Amino acid sequence: MAIGEPRATAGPGAVASVGATLVEDDAALRQGEALATGTVVRSQWQLFRRRFLRHRLAVIAGVVLILLYVMAIFAPLLAPYPLNPPLTEKVLLAARHGPSLAHPFGTDELGRDQLTRIMFAGRISLLIGICVAVFSTVFGTAVGSVAGFFGGRAEQLLMRFTDLFLIVPALAVLMMAQRGLGGSVPIIIVILSLLFWMYVARIVRGVFLSLKEKEFVEAARASGASSWRIITRHLLPNTIGPIVVNTTLVVGYAILTESTLSFLGFGVQPPTVSWGNMLAQSEGSVGTTTAYLVYFPGLFILLTVLAVNFLGDGLRDAFDPQSRR
Amino acid sequence: MGRSVAAGGCTLDPVFTYVARRIVYSVPILLIASILVFVFVRATTDPLAKFAQSRDPGAILRAKHELGLDQPLVSQYWHWVSGFVRGSWGLSFVTHESVASAVSRALWNTVQLILWGIGISLLVAIAVGVYSAAKQYSVLDYTFTGLAFIGVSMPPFWFALMAIQLLGFDLRNWVHSSTPIFYSVGIHSPGVGGPVDYLRHLALPVATLSVQLIAGWSRYQRSTMLDVMSADYIRTARAKGLSRNRVLLKHGLRNALIPLTTVTAIDIGTLFGGLIITETIFGWPGMGHLFFTSLLNGDTNVLLPWLMVTATFIIGFNLLADVVYGLLDPRIRY
Repeated sequence: MAIGEPRATAGPGAVASVGATLVEDDAALRQGEALATGTVVRSQWQLFRRRFLRHRLAVIAGVVLILLYVMAIFAPLLAPYPLNPPLTEKVLLAARHGPSLAHPFGTDELGRDQLTRIMFAGRISLLIGICVAVFSTVFGTAVGSVAGFFGGRAEQLLMRFTDLFLIVPALAVLMMAQRGLGGSVPIIIVILSLLFWMYVARIVRGVFLSLKEKEFVEAARASGASSWRIITRHLLPNTIGPIVVNTTLVVGYAILTESTLSFLGFGVQPPTVSWGNMLAQSEGSVGTTTAYLVYFPGLFILLTVLAVNFLGDGLRDAFDPQSRR
Repeated sequence: MGRSVAAGGCTLDPVFTYVARRIVYSVPILLIASILVFVFVRATTDPLAKFAQSRDPGAILRAKHELGLDQPLVSQYWHWVSGFVRGSWGLSFVTHESVASAVSRALWNTVQLILWGIGISLLVAIAVGVYSAAKQYSVLDYTFTGLAFIGVSMPPFWFALMAIQLLGFDLRNWVHSSTPIFYSVGIHSPGVGGPVDYLRHLALPVATLSVQLIAGWSRYQRSTMLDVMSADYIRTARAKGLSRNRVLLKHGLRNALIPLTTVTAIDIGTLFGGLIITETIFGWPGMGHLFFTSLLNGDTNVLLPWLMVTATFIIGFNLLADVVYGLLDPRIRY
């Protein structure tokens, strides 16, 4: 799928490679080891937390992300200036001023403080990121679970359907959909979610295919568990690692794609402010004295997506029972 | 591949049967895609939007009739898809130019970007990947890893804007030149030709495209290289007394390039319709630019074939990736 430029083309699916390694197997192994050597037996969660906290960059990335979300949620309280100040003489005299102590990121041609705008824009960008990640994961997991668990016709049909979504040039489709449906935030979230669910679906299907042959599934079936129960209680908990890693990465891709769409004028529309449409509005200042208007919104996108990617990296290592550190 | 199956009178090379099967298999996919594309374009784009302000009430009806929009949807689809297959793609609503020639011209411009982009990206990505794998956990390896993370986390359009600012304007002011060293619009300056002018226009869009590719491919090359270098045949080669560098390049690199070939092929397939931002920012008259202007103009006659052509490229290069993988790795049998 081609979300915009080449990088996004590999998609989240490319990153979350899935081994058929079993969390349960590993736990059993560990317990055996522990009994043999007399060391402390740790729960899955403790092991996960230990592995994750060892990953210093991922921890820092997590903290940065939390700070960004706090900044966005409490923007109305934290912002140093009003989002749209009245066009008084004082405000206009401060217009087009580069970064200074009073305005760390400068002001635009209407005297609007860029730091304030970036904080408010973060609300939209980060909201879109998290919503798209959650929706596409839920939908993709549902499709992948059904396809992987039941197999046969259902699998064929669902996976061909998934393939079809993978061959569309995604950015083009997004732009057309936005033109047809409008650019309100909920619609952008729905459109983006529809283009990010395929990767999760493929991953979940892949894991299910290998898991459903295992003895513990057979045991559950033998003791009379329904398909629904086997999926939700036995299979999904064992797939949680790849799913969570992929969800994290989708947050980053969604924020990148939203900013790209908004930049092209096919995303979030003014007066709602997002990092992408801030860049769209300041495109004209490239090569002028107000070029600083281009620097900061982009830096915030970069910072957010970078933090998300490092976090995903750390989570992948932490979920991987193979990494024994 | 080289092995022909002589048994049973069937002399077809298995590669050919495989390719043929895949091509046949992709026909229904394209057919379903064409239906979806048609419905989707009709639902989202109104070719009559430009008449909305018209004072002449008959204008819309006449235009509707001219464009065949008064026919039932199924016959409109059939009219379009049969024309598309036969190669008569109609005229653009806006420029009244033949859509086929507009698309092929745009395609050629995009191909130029892609060729330069993948050429440079492959060279850099392979060099970086091999170095990082050979000197794992060295300072440069960490540096490359950090840069790659930044590369994939950066919005491409922001990189483009920053490149125009820093390499276009700031560099010009710095060297006190009247013209920028790297131009940011079009393929040639008006009235100027020649390879130097061409390269000065090409540099920034190709850089924008390459940063993304290099970031992804170098990480990929590094990890496959690390996989290969831990294989038994590498140890055997070292044990036989071959030098480290020779093993690295002769045994390691050659095998580690196979997976990269696949990834490259798949990525190239998506580039034909995936350069919308780069081409729009740099005014490069390729496929992405064509799509952008056609979408703004509601030019469905261009949008329909555009979507089909780019989808075909994605399918075609996916197929190519699988075939090439089999040709390079003789362990794969079709």
